[in-house]
Amino acid sequence: MENLNSYLIVSAILFTIGTIGVLTRKNVIVIFMCIELMLNAVNLTFVAFSRHLGNLDGQVFVFFIMTVAAAEAAVGLALIIAFFNNKESIDVDDVNLMKW
Amino acid sequence: MFDKVWLIPLFPLIGFLINGLFGKKIKNEAVIGGIGTLMIFLSFLVSCGILMQMIGLPPEQRVFEKVLFPWIHSGNFKADMAFLVDPLSVIMIMVVTGVGSLIHLYSIGYMHGEEGFYRFFAYMNLFCMSMLLLVLGSNMLVMFIGWEGVGLCSYLLIGYYFHKKSAGDAAKKAFVMNRVGDFGFLIGLFTLYWWFGNNHNIWTVNFTEIKAASHLLPYGGVVTFAALCFFVGATGKSAQIPLFTWLPDAMEGPTPVSALIHAATMVTAGVYMIGRMSFVFVKSPETMMVIAVVGAATAIFAATIGTAQNDIKRVLAYSTVSQLGFMFLAMGVGAFSAGIFHLMTHAFFKACLFLGSGSVIHAMHHALHKIHAHDDAQDMRNMGGLRKAMPITFLTFLVSTIAISGIPGFSGFFSKDEILWMAFANPYHGNLNIVLWVIGAIAACFTAFYMFRLVFMTFFGESRINPKAKGYLHESPLVITVPLMVLGALAAVGGYLGMPKILGMLPNYFEHWLEPVFALATEYGSKYAHHGAHPSHAVEWGLMGLSVVIALVGIGIAFTMYVKNTELPGKFVATFPALHRAVYNKWYVDEIYDYIFVNPCKVFGQFLWKGFDVLIVDGVVNGVANVVMGFSGIFRYMQSGYIYNYAFSMALGVVVMLGYFIFK
Amino acid sequence: METLFFLIITFVAIVSAILVVTCKNPINSALALIMTFFCLATYYVMLDAPFMAAVQVMVYAGAIMVLMVFTIMLLNIRVDATKKHSHKLIFGSIIGFFTVLNLVVVLVKSRAALPTGPYSGEMIKKIGHTELVGREIFTNFLLPFEITSILLLVAIIGAVILAKKKI
Repeated sequence: MENLNSYLIVSAILFTIGTIGVLTRKNVIVIFMCIELMLNAVNLTFVAFSRHLGNLDGQVFVFFIMTVAAAEAAVGLALIIAFFNNKESIDVDDVNLMKW
Repeated sequence: MFDKVWLIPLFPLIGFLINGLFGKKIKNEAVIGGIGTLMIFLSFLVSCGILMQMIGLPPEQRVFEKVLFPWIHSGNFKADMAFLVDPLSVIMIMVVTGVGSLIHLYSIGYMHGEEGFYRFFAYMNLFCMSMLLLVLGSNMLVMFIGWEGVGLCSYLLIGYYFHKKSAGDAAKKAFVMNRVGDFGFLIGLFTLYWWFGNNHNIWTVNFTEIKAASHLLPYGGVVTFAALCFFVGATGKSAQIPLFTWLPDAMEGPTPVSALIHAATMVTAGVYMIGRMSFVFVKSPETMMVIAVVGAATAIFAATIGTAQNDIKRVLAYSTVSQLGFMFLAMGVGAFSAGIFHLMTHAFFKACLFLGSGSVIHAMHHALHKIHAHDDAQDMRNMGGLRKAMPITFLTFLVSTIAISGIPGFSGFFSKDEILWMAFANPYHGNLNIVLWVIGAIAACFTAFYMFRLVFMTFFGESRINPKAKGYLHESPLVITVPLMVLGALAAVGGYLGMPKILGMLPNYFEHWLEPVFALATEYGSKYAHHGAHPSHAVEWGLMGLSVVIALVGIGIAFTMYVKNTELPGKFVATFPALHRAVYNKWYVDEIYDYIFVNPCKVFGQFLWKGFDVLIVDGVVNGVANVVMGFSGIFRYMQSGYIYNYAFSMALGVVVMLGYFIFK
Repeated sequence: METLFFLIITFVAIVSAILVVTCKNPINSALALIMTFFCLATYYVMLDAPFMAAVQVMVYAGAIMVLMVFTIMLLNIRVDATKKHSHKLIFGSIIGFFTVLNLVVVLVKSRAALPTGPYSGEMIKKIGHTELVGREIFTNFLLPFEITSILLLVAIIGAVILAKKKI
């Protein structure tokens, strides 16, 4: 039963690492994994608060976040595969057809 | 009957609406013409009724104001749609509706077969309505509506043959010159209104109220300015120097238009206006002198030009300008009723002259058309000896010419002689009187000369028309000659209404009739009049005889030059070629105006177009568009297509926003 | 004792996260991410939410990561040819630094609300977490639950269509 603050700090650090990963990595799939990391950090925050406040709303919301993350992962990876079929590359800089 | 005065402008308005809206569908010329004429005739009957009623009243009760509806009530400014019935306006409505009905009847025959027959009658009715509003208006604004309306109808009717470029140009010229005059009228109106309101808290444009408050006006000063502005309006409408050049060009319109608008009614609006506002004009001796001098100058100036013209209608046009000069001369020397009297007699004989010339032109045109010749039907050099072919036209024309020349017994003599006598004997202008009389007398001599020149060239002598066409000349139908006969009779006997006292046979009905209208002006004038020795009766008889002799001299010269010794004109032209050229070209006034006013206007317009409109206005609008395009050219690089850029911007935005709220 | 345990788990989680971001081989990143998920599941258990921990392991570490590993293998990326970082690390680090600064300041300056809800730790232990979560979902949050099922249906269809070679 650590106090709330420590969980929140951990969550913050994980979120930050996820952000750095999104902005830094070249491989699209690794960027996707970093996005999942960010989502999970937020999940941790929700559950910590839910336990602190004595309410189960946070945990229900985490439940739904996980569901949505699963759906998003499925569709996102399908997109990446479709893109790879076209371009033969998963460098994020090659996804630039929406130029002005 | 006074109560029904609003019917008088209403009938022509109804005629205008019927002919204007449905005329194209009513193909029957008799119906269209009949409606037009009937409406004016009904107005004439109502005017007669009002006249009868007014004769039965004592002079003090002869003023009646009928308010139709309140029109503008805005703060202090109050102007109603109201009509003023008094002796002066009754004379005017009789002249307008009487002569107008005759001219409408004439037009049914004259305009026969014209395409746009209904348009003519619609515009004529509209014109009559505007003119009646002008003379019946009880405040300056209603008068101004009529003032503008007659200018508009003049434009519409001069440009009736709009397929001809010269007609369109003449119409535009008339309208623009009228507008210059109207500007003067408005400035005068504003000045008067503002002066009364500012200094005496009397905010009105109503004639009766201004007349009642006119004793507050000073002599000279602001009144001179206002009166001069009104006079500018009068010069524009009544074709005096310097705004007269539109009237000869206005002969492009059909002849009935020239008769009605440019002889009998519209051009007399200026004279009427001065008569209506006589109590204001008299308060400014300087303006009175200006009016008299301009009138006399115009009279002689136009008369000289008329002597050398060959187009029959041009001669009559310059004659109109000259006679209007006489009317203004009368107004300028304080003989207001003489001016209005000459207005009335001039309406009779000038309308008769114009209609007669129309009859001649009609016959000439018909004859030349029959042999497919293209000679000018209006050029007097192609006419001659027409009195045998067109006896009624000749007789009425002759009667009117005798009247305009001022031969005793006919109407023109009484009115013109009264004017000349008052020019000599008025107590206002001192030594200028003799100069005015001399100029008037010379102008009268010229008038007699060129009018009889016209008669001799057209009706006497050898026929100069194409010989093949000679057989086709015939008298015009009744619908044309009946108005001629009526007007000729009026030209002959109309003058007996205003016989001068000195002849003693009849009292001067006319002057007595108008006395209450101009009494106030005479009273104001007496304050600065020279109360010297009044010229005696002997002088009056002498001057009357002298003017008759001058007229006969003019007729004699015309007879010599155009009947007895027809080579004289040619010799005269050969001896004085430059003088003849100058007179024939109207003393180059049009060319001078072109140089001073028209061309600078055109240059200014070009500058405004190329310099201002294209550069500045278009530049601003296009400039705004270019600036937007420039900015968008910079901002579009934000759409780079790289996911990294988007993600980075999003993260940066979130951090900044969060930071702002945290550190606030 | 608990604090020590907590610190160890934290250390492992953060090291795994850093490994996710820095490994050259995407398979290594995936494995490190799975490690992170396991640590998070441990956190959930420590926070009296065992059901959440189970779902985390099943869904995230079980389904999603397996999907990702399959995708990596399907795309057959050659490891040595790829450059690891696409853009300078410095920009991302600055953003990251400011993010963590913001969040820490929030933590320091703010005060959390007082416990108000009815579900205390003892109650969860007594009745059972799963039952309580189920109760919440199927009474208060029924509509989102149903919508989520439709969302999953859409995701399935979308994924199938997107990844086909020929539609």
